[in-house]
Amino acid sequence: MTLVVDDLKVYYRSLSGDVKAVDGVSLEVADGEIMGLAGESGCGKSTLGKALIKLDSRMEWIGGHVTLDGQDLPVWNDSAMNPHRFADVSLVPQYAMSALNPTRKLGRMVRELLHARGIDAHELLPELERRLQLVGLEPSVLDLYPIELSGGMKQRIVLVLSTLLNPSLLIADEITSALDVSTQKAVAEMLVGFRDRGFVKSAIVITHDLSILAQVADTILVMYAGKLAEKGTVDEIVDDPQHPYTKMLIGSLPEVGVRFSEQRLAGIAGRPPSLLEPPTGCRFRDRCPLASARCAVEPPYRSCGESHLVACWEAKEC
Amino acid sequence: MLTLEHVSKTYRVGAFGSKTLAAVADVSFTVEPGEVLALIGESGSGKSTIGRMILGLTTITSGRIAFDGADVTPSKEYYRRAQAVFQDPFSSFNPIFKADHVFATVRQGFFPHETNGAWRQRLTRALDAVCLCPEDVLGKFPHQLSGGQLQRVLVARALLLDIELLVADEIISMLDASTRIDVLNLLGDLKNRGLAIVFITHDLSLGNYISDTTVILRQGRIVEHGPTPDVFGRPEHEYTKALLSAVPQLHRRWS
Amino acid sequence: MTATAAQEPVQKLERMSAFRETLHFALRNRKLVVGTSIAGAMLLFALVGPAFSRHPALQYGGKLSLAPTTKDGYWFGTTLLGQDVYAQFVTGLRLAFTVGALGGGIAAVVGMLVGFTAGYRSGVVDEVLNMLTNIVLVIPTFALLLVIASYLKVRGIMTESIFIGLTSWPWAARAIRAQTFSLVSRDFVDMARLSGRRTARIIFEEIAPNMSSYLFMMFILLFGGAILIAATLDFIGLGPSNTISLGMMMQLSVQNAALQLHLWWWFLPPGLAIMAVVGSLYVMNVGLDEVFNPKLRTL
Repeated sequence: MTLVVDDLKVYYRSLSGDVKAVDGVSLEVADGEIMGLAGESGCGKSTLGKALIKLDSRMEWIGGHVTLDGQDLPVWNDSAMNPHRFADVSLVPQYAMSALNPTRKLGRMVRELLHARGIDAHELLPELERRLQLVGLEPSVLDLYPIELSGGMKQRIVLVLSTLLNPSLLIADEITSALDVSTQKAVAEMLVGFRDRGFVKSAIVITHDLSILAQVADTILVMYAGKLAEKGTVDEIVDDPQHPYTKMLIGSLPEVGVRFSEQRLAGIAGRPPSLLEPPTGCRFRDRCPLASARCAVEPPYRSCGESHLVACWEAKEC
Repeated sequence: MLTLEHVSKTYRVGAFGSKTLAAVADVSFTVEPGEVLALIGESGSGKSTIGRMILGLTTITSGRIAFDGADVTPSKEYYRRAQAVFQDPFSSFNPIFKADHVFATVRQGFFPHETNGAWRQRLTRALDAVCLCPEDVLGKFPHQLSGGQLQRVLVARALLLDIELLVADEIISMLDASTRIDVLNLLGDLKNRGLAIVFITHDLSLGNYISDTTVILRQGRIVEHGPTPDVFGRPEHEYTKALLSAVPQLHRRWS
Repeated sequence: MTATAAQEPVQKLERMSAFRETLHFALRNRKLVVGTSIAGAMLLFALVGPAFSRHPALQYGGKLSLAPTTKDGYWFGTTLLGQDVYAQFVTGLRLAFTVGALGGGIAAVVGMLVGFTAGYRSGVVDEVLNMLTNIVLVIPTFALLLVIASYLKVRGIMTESIFIGLTSWPWAARAIRAQTFSLVSRDFVDMARLSGRRTARIIFEEIAPNMSSYLFMMFILLFGGAILIAATLDFIGLGPSNTISLGMMMQLSVQNAALQLHLWWWFLPPGLAIMAVVGSLYVMNVGLDEVFNPKLRTL
C-alpha cells in the first residue's frame, strides 16, 4: 500500500467554534493508482489534501493516522513534515499557477526552490529539461517570467516542478479548473503520463468535475460535508452509483447531447450543512429523497461490491 | 431585436501604445425575442468583451450594435430593457451592504416614485420567478447566502425591470454542480416566457443544454455559427471539432 | 410576517457580532492598545494641560534658566530668557494636534478627490491628474515655503496647515488611486452602472465605504506626517510667527546653546513629545492593519 489514512480528523479553529472540515476519513491508495477525490465546495476535499502534507497553518490535526510506504507521516507537526514534503509527498495547491512569483524568472525560481531543499540545481537540470520537453515545453521557457506564459504552460511547469524528485504521492488540487477545454485535456493526460513513467507512484486528484475524473482516475472517492459518501472504481461510480448524493450529482451533469427542451435535468435542493455544528446521523439527510427515520443514525461506511464502499442505509448489500 | 454588424474592438498595447490587439474582429449575429444564443469560446476569444459591448460598458471600435434599430448607449432607457448577470456572485455584491442593496439601487434608478406597496409587490413577483422566498434573502448579507442564491437574486434584480434581453456572462461557472442546473433551468423557463438571452460560456455541454443558436469564437472571430443541434451534431470547422473532442464526458473516454 | 419578525433579532446579532469581532481583535492587539493609549494620553494632556499653566507662554519675566521645580508653577523650568517651558510646551502640543488635524485633513481631502477620480475615470482624466500629482510631488517644498514666507508679513498656524495640506497629498492620492483601480474592476461597480448610477455616487456610495479602514489608516498617517513636517519647518525657522510650537522650542533651544548649557528641560520635552505622538500614531496604524485584515489576525 502506498498511502493508508486511518480515521483522519482535521478541524479549523475559529472564534465561533471548530469547523469540522474533515471528520473521520479513512482511505487507501495503492501503488500506481490515481484516486479522484470529488465533492462540492465546502465538503472538505481540499482540506483533506492539504492535511496529508500539513501545509496550512490554520488547520489543526485532531486525530487519525497517515502511513506512506509503510512509514508514519507526522501530519500533526509542521516541521517534522518538512523532510517529507516534495520528496515523498508533493502538493499542487489550487490556483498554483497564479502563485508564481511575478518578479522571478522561472529558472531562478526553480534554483531557489531546489536550494531551499538542499539539492544542487545543476545536478537536476538535465532531468528538469528532459521532463519539460516531455510535456511539450522548450527548456528556454526557464528564461521567461510567469506573465509571459499562458495558463496551460504555467500549469505544466508547476506539475513538472512538483514531481521533480519523484515523490511517492502527488496531491493535485483542482489543477484543471481554470483552464480551457483543450488545455484541460493536455494537463490531465500529462498527469496520467507522469504516473505511467514512474515520476510519481500514485496521485490523488481533487476536483469537483466528475467528468475529468472519469477520464484519468482509477478510483473515485465522493466526499460530503466532511465525511466519505462513496468510493469505487470509475465504472462502479459512473454506472452503478449507490449513494443518493452521487446519483443526484451525476444526474445534474449536462452531457453534450442533452437539451433542456427535451429533458429537464434536476439539481439538488438545499445546501450542505454547516460544519460548525454538523447534524447527527447522516449528513445528507436533509436533502436526500430517500431519507427515513433510520438516517438519524449515521450509516456505517461499508462494502457493497468488489471494491465499492458506501455510507448509506439504502445502498445495496454486497 | 439585437443586431451586431461587423463589430470590432481593438486595444492599444506595447510600449507607448505602439501595437494593437484585436480582442474582437468582425463579429456579426442577431438575437430574437425568446431565443437563447450561446457565445462559446476559450479564454482570449473575446466573448466577455462582446458581452460588455452589448451592454454599453465597453466602447465599440468599429461596427454597430443595434437594439430594436437604435444604437446601443449606456443609458437608463436602454437598461430598462437590457440587463446582465456576471460570473462571480460574490464580486457582484458590495460586501458592506446587505443583498437588498441591489434592489434598492434599481428602485432609486428606475422606480423613484413607486409606492412601498407597489414596490413590495414587484419585488415579490421577481423573487417568485426565480424561486426564492423573500424571507430567505431579504435582510441578509452576501456572505450569508450561497453562490446559487446570489446568482438568483441577480436574475431577480434584472427581472424587476421588464427586460427583453439578458446577458449572462459565465453565470454558473463559479457555482457547484448541484446548483448549476437549477440556475440553468431558470434561464430556460425565462426564455419560454419570451426573454432573449445571450449566454456566454466556455463550457460546451452547458451551451448545448440551454441554447437555440450557437456561436463559436476563436481569438475574436466567429468560426462557426448556426442552430445548436447543427453545430454540435455536424460541426464544420476544425476548431469546433477539436473542442468537442476535448470535452470530458462521464460516459465517453478520450481515446 | 412572523417570519420576518423573527429575522430581526437574528440580523441584529449578526451585525453586532461583526462589529464585536473587530472590537475583540482591536482590544487584544498590543500595538493598537499601546499606540492608542499613548496618543490618547498626549491628546488629553494637550486639551487639559493649558488649564494648569500659570504663566503666559511667551512672557518674559521668570527667573532665567531655572531647572524644573514646583515653585511658582515652573514645572518644566524656564528658558534662557525666562519663559515658562511648561506653558510653551502645552501650547505647542495643542498646536501640534491642530496642525495634524488641519494639515492632515486637507491632505486627506485633496488626496481622496484626486485619487478616486483618477482611479475611477482612467483615460485622459487619469493622465492629467497623474501629471498634477507628479508636479506637486517634485516641487521643492522648502524653496516654496521660503518664497511664501518672504511675502507674508505674519504666518499663522492656518497658513502652515494649509501649506502642509496642499503639499503632502500626492502619496495619498497615488495610494487611493491604486486601491480604487482594484475595486473598480469588481463586478458590483458594473452592477451600479447598469442601475443607472452616476460616477460620483458610485465613488462615494459603493467604493469609498469599501475602503473605509484603508482611508482611516491613511488619515492617521497624514496626521502624524503633518505634525512631523510642521516640527521640521518650525525647527528651521519657518514656523508660525505669532505663537510658539514644539518645533520652535527646539529651534530656540539650539539657537541659545541649550545643549551646551545643559538646559535639558528646554529641548527634551518637546522632542520627546513629538516622538511620542508621531511614533504612537504609526504604531497604532500597524496595529489597525492587523485588526482590519482578517488574514493577519491571530486567534
